Amino acid sequence: MTPYLLSGVRLHFDKVRNTNVLLAPERALMLDGVSYEILRRVDGIQSVVEIVEDLARAFDAPAEVIRGDVDAFLNDLKTQLLVGDRDA
Amino acid sequence: MPEPNPPIALLAELTHRCPLMCPYCSNPLELVQKQQELTTDTWTRVFREAADIGVLQLHLSGGEPASRRDIVELTAAAHAAGLYTNLITSGIGLTQARLAALVNAGLDHVQLSLQGARPEMADRIGGYKGGYDRKMRVAELVTDAGLPLTLNAVMHRQNLADLGQTLDLALSMGARRIEVACVQFHGWATRNRASLLPTESQVEQLKKDIAIARDTYRNRMAIDFVPPDYYSDFPKACMGGWGSTGLVVSPAGQVMPCHAADSIPGLAFESVADRHLGEIWRSSHAFNAYRGTDWLPQPCQSCERRDVDFGGCRCQAAALAADPGATDPVCRKSPYRPKVDAMIEDMTSRASASDLTYRKFG
Ligand code: SF4
Ligand code: SF4
Repeated sequence: MTPYLLSGVRLHFDKVRNTNVLLAPERALMLDGVSYEILRRVDGIQSVVEIVEDLARAFDAPAEVIRGDVDAFLNDLKTQLLVGDRDA
Repeated sequence: MPEPNPPIALLAELTHRCPLMCPYCSNPLELVQKQQELTTDTWTRVFREAADIGVLQLHLSGGEPASRRDIVELTAAAHAAGLYTNLITSGIGLTQARLAALVNAGLDHVQLSLQGARPEMADRIGGYKGGYDRKMRVAELVTDAGLPLTLNAVMHRQNLADLGQTLDLALSMGARRIEVACVQFHGWATRNRASLLPTESQVEQLKKDIAIARDTYRNRMAIDFVPPDYYSDFPKACMGGWGSTGLVVSPAGQVMPCHAADSIPGLAFESVADRHLGEIWRSSHAFNAYRGTDWLPQPCQSCERRDVDFGGCRCQAAALAADPGATDPVCRKSPYRPKVDAMIEDMTSRASASDLTYRKFG
């Protein structure tokens, strides 16, 4: 899977609440640190495998553990029609 | 009063002008005239103030927002303020060139209203001949421009039989989302209850159909459902709680907690012309009148749903119980509920049910 943000879906830094949000049609999702680090790497070019490797390096954590979290998070966003898959 | 949380959404009713005349329009019976509308500069300031107090989503609405000649300028101003910008439109007045200019200005999303799934129905409800065909063309332009499209289909007694057709049409128009919104009885819709209120058997069927449709369209089109007024056992939380998540600015600049709030007697609204939006949000009488739960009467005060629905809709309480501070009359625990049931019975049994009172300037 090579995830990308669907049109009209974008990251935004909310300076009032001091947090990152994902803005989308009729939606504003407040993001925690982990979610933001994943989404920041979702660009339609890097595959999930590459995103996981990058996160594992950056946070010095085992790739298998991260993989589970990334899959669950991105699949959830896919069913909400916020994220698409370039390979699909 | 503790400090309220920052608001998330602003509904900017740019104008009440609209080429259509939908009989369920949520605009007030007393429409704002063009001469009273806020200027480009004032809206620009309001957008900046909104972003400064934490608003993330801006809905450019009306009336028909494209009836404003400065709609592209306003969209650019909203984008420059850092707001996620949604255009809520009937599509009339949007040409290819104008849409391209809106995309350039930073428009994020389009929500297109659908008055019916068939040309005859759509043009009769909207009171605008050729409206359906224009709308189909606009949907194409929107998706060609790469913008996400949401369709808003208001459902009522006269078109509920077309639900399946409506969903199929939405998908074929390239919509990513559809709002199946049962008519809400505010504004002009209150004049047409006898023609528009769904029957009990329609409501039962609808709930089943929606559950099935969500499955059928999974991963292709999201379905948001606004359940019908009057039929549920417990009320909806109005706007997620009065003065808790969003605010509405009328074409003339009045700041309201919900788009129908001016139907409530006794509320004093302030204008963006006189005060900063943030001060109005924090301290105006209209926002604090029903904020939180301290003001709630019984049976709400000791009810386990108190922090779920906050006693329901104030406009509904004003309209049906003649007391905006009452428990929502739709609630099974309200002493007014038998009156609501009698009203449903009366409204769904009238013979002259297909007469419509269209929205128009007085
Ligand atoms: S509901 Fe109909 S008449 Fe009212 S603003 Fe929308 S399109 Fe215009
Ligand atoms: S009694 Fe009040 S709080 Fe309880 S469900 Fe009814 S309206 Fe909501």
